[in-house]
Amino acid sequence: MIKRVVDFFGDEQYARPRRRLFYLVLVLIVVADFLVFREHAEYLWDSLPGWSAVYGFASCVLLIFVSKFLGHRVGLMRREDYYD
Amino acid sequence: MTDFIHPALLFILGALPIPFLSGSIRKAYLLLIPALALLAVLAMEPGSYGEARFIGQEILIAKVDKLSIVFAIVFTIMALIGMVYALHLTDPGQHVAAFVYVGSALGVVFAGDYLTLYLFWEGMAFASAYLVFVQRGGPAIRAGFRYLMVHITGGVVLLGGIISHGLATGSLLFGPIAEGLTNGGMGVGDYLILIGFILNAAVPPLNAWLTDAYPEATVTGAVFMSAFTTKTAVYVLARAFPGTELLVWLGTIMALYGVIYAVLENDCRRLLAYHIVSQVGYMIAGIGIGTEMAVNGSASHAFAHILYKALLFMGAGAVIYVTGRRKLTELGGLYKTMPLTVALYMVGAFAISAFPFFSGFVTKSMVIAAAGADHRALVVLALTMASSGTFLHTGLKLPYFMFFGTDRKLEAREPPRNMLVAMGMAAVLCIAIGVFPQPLYALLPYPVDFEPYTGSHVMESLGLLMFTALGFVLFLWALDPENTISLDTDWFYRKGARAFMWLAERPLARYEQAVSNVSETAALPLLHGAARAGLRLDLAGIDAVVNGIAHSILNGGGRLRRLQTGVVTHYVLAMLVGLIAATVVFVVAWR
Repeated sequence: MIKRVVDFFGDEQYARPRRRLFYLVLVLIVVADFLVFREHAEYLWDSLPGWSAVYGFASCVLLIFVSKFLGHRVGLMRREDYYD
Repeated sequence: MTDFIHPALLFILGALPIPFLSGSIRKAYLLLIPALALLAVLAMEPGSYGEARFIGQEILIAKVDKLSIVFAIVFTIMALIGMVYALHLTDPGQHVAAFVYVGSALGVVFAGDYLTLYLFWEGMAFASAYLVFVQRGGPAIRAGFRYLMVHITGGVVLLGGIISHGLATGSLLFGPIAEGLTNGGMGVGDYLILIGFILNAAVPPLNAWLTDAYPEATVTGAVFMSAFTTKTAVYVLARAFPGTELLVWLGTIMALYGVIYAVLENDCRRLLAYHIVSQVGYMIAGIGIGTEMAVNGSASHAFAHILYKALLFMGAGAVIYVTGRRKLTELGGLYKTMPLTVALYMVGAFAISAFPFFSGFVTKSMVIAAAGADHRALVVLALTMASSGTFLHTGLKLPYFMFFGTDRKLEAREPPRNMLVAMGMAAVLCIAIGVFPQPLYALLPYPVDFEPYTGSHVMESLGLLMFTALGFVLFLWALDPENTISLDTDWFYRKGARAFMWLAERPLARYEQAVSNVSETAALPLLHGAARAGLRLDLAGIDAVVNGIAHSILNGGGRLRRLQTGVVTHYVLAMLVGLIAATVVFVVAWR
């Protein structure tokens, strides 16, 4: 059973259903976020449906590109023999 | 003492017979000791044990309360899991080191005074360094030495702090320092103690020892290392410095620092090591916030973290054990041959990413909620962003490039059964804590008033994580691992040591050469000449005078001796001559 699940995420033949499932989950999450009951919102953004989706996506993109900028432009990434 | 058996003793004394045992007896013994230690911890009653006086100071070997028990429980559970994972090893040295390491960590957890704490603290450093050295090979030996030197330096700073704190307060008992903040703030000693502690917690810029050494340790050693050093540091910080404002910001920076470096990392265990930095950041921030909920969050997150991080290290270790490769650029396509490892690793990945029904969800969110309740919007946003980064790396990037991605056609199989069993044990706990958090909450130092499973919280987490996944899918092209290393603060001492060696080998050695040249060409001949002249003067001048006088006296004495004839008439004659001479002198002088 475990092997079947793992294969679903690895094998090329499941690429289409995999993608469809993924986008379906995304849509369901956004829809559910509008339906969920927010008993108390500490901050303004807590009361915005879909906020966490936007923030998650933005964080992800920001982290990727800020890190790569630091790595390539600022020079944190070096050849493997740098210390030799 | 009858109702208290110190689990540190069980491990440290229990390590002694290991080299003399073999085969299945040794395996059974290796599991028996952690099991006994777990029982000892579960049977413990809060209180003080082993009070004594030493060099005029109060010593308290063990102080048991809820905070120490929660850490001791997870430490002993982790020791058991780590031992199962390492059961196939034939080298007794690693088992002994692991036992001493775990024992020392437990010694720190129960230490009631700073001297006891310090002894076990150093024990941990040496035992864990062995787990790096025993990997052998140049990079491991060098990383081991750096690890040891950093920790010894930290230990010296801590000792300085302890002595200075002891002189200032008159007591070496280990307790909350931050409480003293109201009367005059922290002294120099307290800051030194804080530095010693946050060095072990891998707080930037004192973090590089961790990401430097852990990837170089043995496959099984790294699992132990991921669990103990940083978490004992979290424990002592929670005990001594709750509510220290500085820690809120250090922790928040740490949480992001780790995920940023993780993007750049190519070595799978170094990537995970950067996530230790990030996750410990949550705990440090929680301690800094210092409210009951925040300290509960830090303690429970440490508990969950030890288990899921060990699971992740065990998964990556299994891949290294089977394939002999550790770089993401050389791995890929292993899901077909290692499906169980993939599944178990993913449980750890979901737990660290705080997916609902996994352990991170019920612990990490407590820290974030505590920051929210303490009206720290910036901290909440930063920690939430770090959560996204955590899933991005340990949940998506690492497994994608290690197990899926480009198939490198590596020969692989599932790791030995004991490794899978250990991973299974950790995975079960990760899920159990996530589904039934109440037993863990009951262990926490303060009463828990927090409900993780609210609709809004579950949806918020899912939204954050799944849209992070969307970002990953869309920008996968930007995430390809690169065959590089990343500069961290170890640059300063690695390059600094090189500069020091250059200084010693070039300018200082040249100066030394020049000085010795001058002395050889000019100073030495001069000295030799002077010495020879002195010798001549001595022999020909002074000795001649002394000898001459001596000879004269000797000769004079010889002549005088001839006057002693032994004939009485000669003496009478001499007396008469003397009498006449005296009379003459007297008459002349009288006149």
